[in-house]
Amino acid sequence: MSAILKCTNLTKQFGKKLALSDVNLSLERGKIIGLLGPNGSGKTTFIKLLNGLLVPTSGEIRINGLTPCPQTKQTVSYLPDKTYLNDWMKVCDLFDFFEDFYNNFDRMKAVEMLQRLNINQNDRLKSMSKGTKEKVQLILVMSRNADLYVLDEPIGGVDPASRDYILNTIITNYSEKASVLISTHLIADIESVLDDVIFLKDGKVTLTSSVDDIRMQEGKSVDNLFREVFKC
Amino acid sequence: MTWDLKNDRPIYIQLVEQITLLIISGQFEAGSRLASVRDLATEARVNPNTMQKALAELERIGLVHTNRTSGRFITEDTKMIEEMKKNLAKEELKTFLEQMKQLGFTDEEIKTFIIENCSN
Repeated sequence: MSAILKCTNLTKQFGKKLALSDVNLSLERGKIIGLLGPNGSGKTTFIKLLNGLLVPTSGEIRINGLTPCPQTKQTVSYLPDKTYLNDWMKVCDLFDFFEDFYNNFDRMKAVEMLQRLNINQNDRLKSMSKGTKEKVQLILVMSRNADLYVLDEPIGGVDPASRDYILNTIITNYSEKASVLISTHLIADIESVLDDVIFLKDGKVTLTSSVDDIRMQEGKSVDNLFREVFKC
Repeated sequence: MTWDLKNDRPIYIQLVEQITLLIISGQFEAGSRLASVRDLATEARVNPNTMQKALAELERIGLVHTNRTSGRFITEDTKMIEEMKKNLAKEELKTFLEQMKQLGFTDEEIKTFIIENCSN
């Protein structure tokens, strides 16, 4: 099967600052991939580029063969690092909102997850804690039947018990056709659910490998390898 | 059932070991049907692809076989399971003996020590 995402010589500059430099990547279908790197390594820039929120300085990105456009937004389900939702909205309003925008939003699935995490449909975003807000946004994103889920720092503010539930949702929800790209610092928490990892450093890809290969070759966890490679 | 995964070794290898142990100890009965990859993966909190890889390895060893229509089954070959049990026990014994020798026990002393401690 063809790659779901392919980028060639992808470069992004902000003025003189090089945020991403000559990135060549291809993501396979049916995989959960960790996008790992220290602060300022270009993770969010990369994610914004593939969602069409930024335009590459040079090089290109193709999702299912298309450059980011309204069509690719139908197939990519994106959880941004900052919320864009109106905080006066109730959860059920947000569900309506998503239903209007995306024909692949599965409301039943969303309601089910909401119940499992004990969140009330009539609560307003404004009245929620940071962690609960994050959960709601993740529910919205994971309830879409997309080809590619792109999660930018999805579990940072969530308590460990809910984190387990969320990781479970990620494992059980994605299909063989779909892939999940997760950017995070909490490597130890997620590494057992990852297939592959991508290390970014100063806008460059320094490593792409499967988690088991890293453990086999290095004799250590991805978390430990990360700490070593990016030691300050 | 709890899955205990260490950080320094490939996950699929650890899954193979733990499922083998479950079969040998009889918690997974010979000839019985295994849960689906997805369910097993959820339970162990690992990626389904990794669980798939582990089951493929178990199939290669012969502990598990796939029935095209009805799923994955644990081998009915109790002789083979018994054999693996013995091998595993031998490994354990070897480590034990090595450690006892490091403590300065002779073979004779180890024997008497075991007999003394096993009877109660």
